[in-house]
Amino acid sequence: MIEMFDVWKTYPNGTNALKGINVRIEKGEFVYVVGPSGAGKSTFIKLMYREEKPTKGQIFLGGFNVSRIKERQIPMVRRSIGVVFQDFKLLPTLSVYENVAFAMEVIETPPKQIRPRVMDVLGLVKLKHKAKMLPSELSGGEQQRVALARALVNNPGIIIADEPTGNLDPDTSWEIMKLFEEINQRGTTVVMATHNREIVNTMRKRVIAIEAGQIVRDEQRGEYGYED
Amino acid sequence: MKIRTLGRHVREGVKNLGRNGWMTFASISAVTITLLILGVFLILAMNVNYLAQTVEKQVEIRVFLDTLATPENVKQVEQNIRAIPKVESVAFIPKAEGLKQLKESMGEKAYLFEGLEKENPLPDSFVVKTKLPQDTADVAGQIQKLEFVESVNYGQGTVEKLFAATSTIRNVGIAFIVGLGFTAMFLIANTIKLTIVARRREIEIMKLVGATNWFIRWPFFVEGLLMGLLGALIPIVLLTVSYYYLLDAVYSSMPAVQLFKLLPLFPLAYQVALILAAIGAFIGIWGSLVSVRRFLRI
Repeated sequence: MIEMFDVWKTYPNGTNALKGINVRIEKGEFVYVVGPSGAGKSTFIKLMYREEKPTKGQIFLGGFNVSRIKERQIPMVRRSIGVVFQDFKLLPTLSVYENVAFAMEVIETPPKQIRPRVMDVLGLVKLKHKAKMLPSELSGGEQQRVALARALVNNPGIIIADEPTGNLDPDTSWEIMKLFEEINQRGTTVVMATHNREIVNTMRKRVIAIEAGQIVRDEQRGEYGYED
Repeated sequence: MKIRTLGRHVREGVKNLGRNGWMTFASISAVTITLLILGVFLILAMNVNYLAQTVEKQVEIRVFLDTLATPENVKQVEQNIRAIPKVESVAFIPKAEGLKQLKESMGEKAYLFEGLEKENPLPDSFVVKTKLPQDTADVAGQIQKLEFVESVNYGQGTVEKLFAATSTIRNVGIAFIVGLGFTAMFLIANTIKLTIVARRREIEIMKLVGATNWFIRWPFFVEGLLMGLLGALIPIVLLTVSYYYLLDAVYSSMPAVQLFKLLPLFPLAYQVALILAAIGAFIGIWGSLVSVRRFLRI
């Protein structure tokens, strides 16, 4: 569960990215975050995994008060969240298997548990047969599936995605979206910032629209609502 | 931290040396060159210091007693001198011994003093050494005030100049070494920083999947340590071998001239090796951790 109470974010250069956000996302929900570029979507997303700190207000996420935690507790918050980006952020020198296993190694998972779990999630994203390949040998969609596998491997309760289909063609985007849908149906909360009107209007979910740092619309089974 | 994790950090650190081959090479070269220069100055400074010490050690206080002093008085004076805390040793030189030394120092003209044994005009004397050569003047002043002490001689004037010279040499040496050390540190930290910039993506991902800061730092710590030690290895070997041949050349070309004595190879080689390895390790670790710090604030 994610909750925000009167959250404000002002960057050091004076930009007011968010102005009084109040939101409540229940466990197991699937939420699209939409809005024009520069409206504050990215800031909204970054606050959740504590890349940014709110200037004012409270953020609760899975039992943590994210706006109040100490520096050394940040890793613990991030272990309960999986993050997926537009540009995949895979390590180019590591194989598909190693990229996914890496996320388990850095939180000191016992080695015996790593292999079965990695193969499990690679099965989920249907990339078991490419486990030994390097990211550069894969297509964009496949790379994003690796990134998704990495986000999922530590069993987070929440998946946060910042324009995960932004770099992909329509067909590949749908493949990725089906995976998100599947993950969501297994009980994982999904929060996704997106610009993809077709997806939002077809795969109907809750839509939160942010404009000029404020939530202007929040509806179940909502529409994208912007002209591209 | 678990032992298994420590093993992983060491493995990662070693692997990273290979993965960033050229950068590792650049960093190690920077350490090697600066430590080589530092090592040369260190050996030079240590030898100059040794030379200064040798000269300083020759400084002693000669205390001449009143010719009227009785053996009891002499004993009393000796005890009083020994009671001064800064005094290292006191040697009694009876007047007969003093005469012998005088004759020896005159060489061929010793006959001039023949026959003086019976009516020896020389006073009894003491040779006093201080624990620290720099205390000579102070101690001499205190002895001067004792009863039955006729005069005190320690090369007044000359000794003060000698000490001023040796302390200048030492200070200049220390300043030079500290300056070089700092230059080395910044040079190396910069090189290491370049290697880390290339790896900021890796660090970013580690942070995003919930690695703790120390988990990220440890491999860099290991890597820095190894680079520092590897960088120190070449100067240590090179300096030890060169110094060995230097000593050989000096002592074989002028065996008789012991005007200036160089420090023997051992323990000098051990000391220099230890100092260079420690500086190398410190610089490597410091450079790595300082550079990685910037990328941990994600």
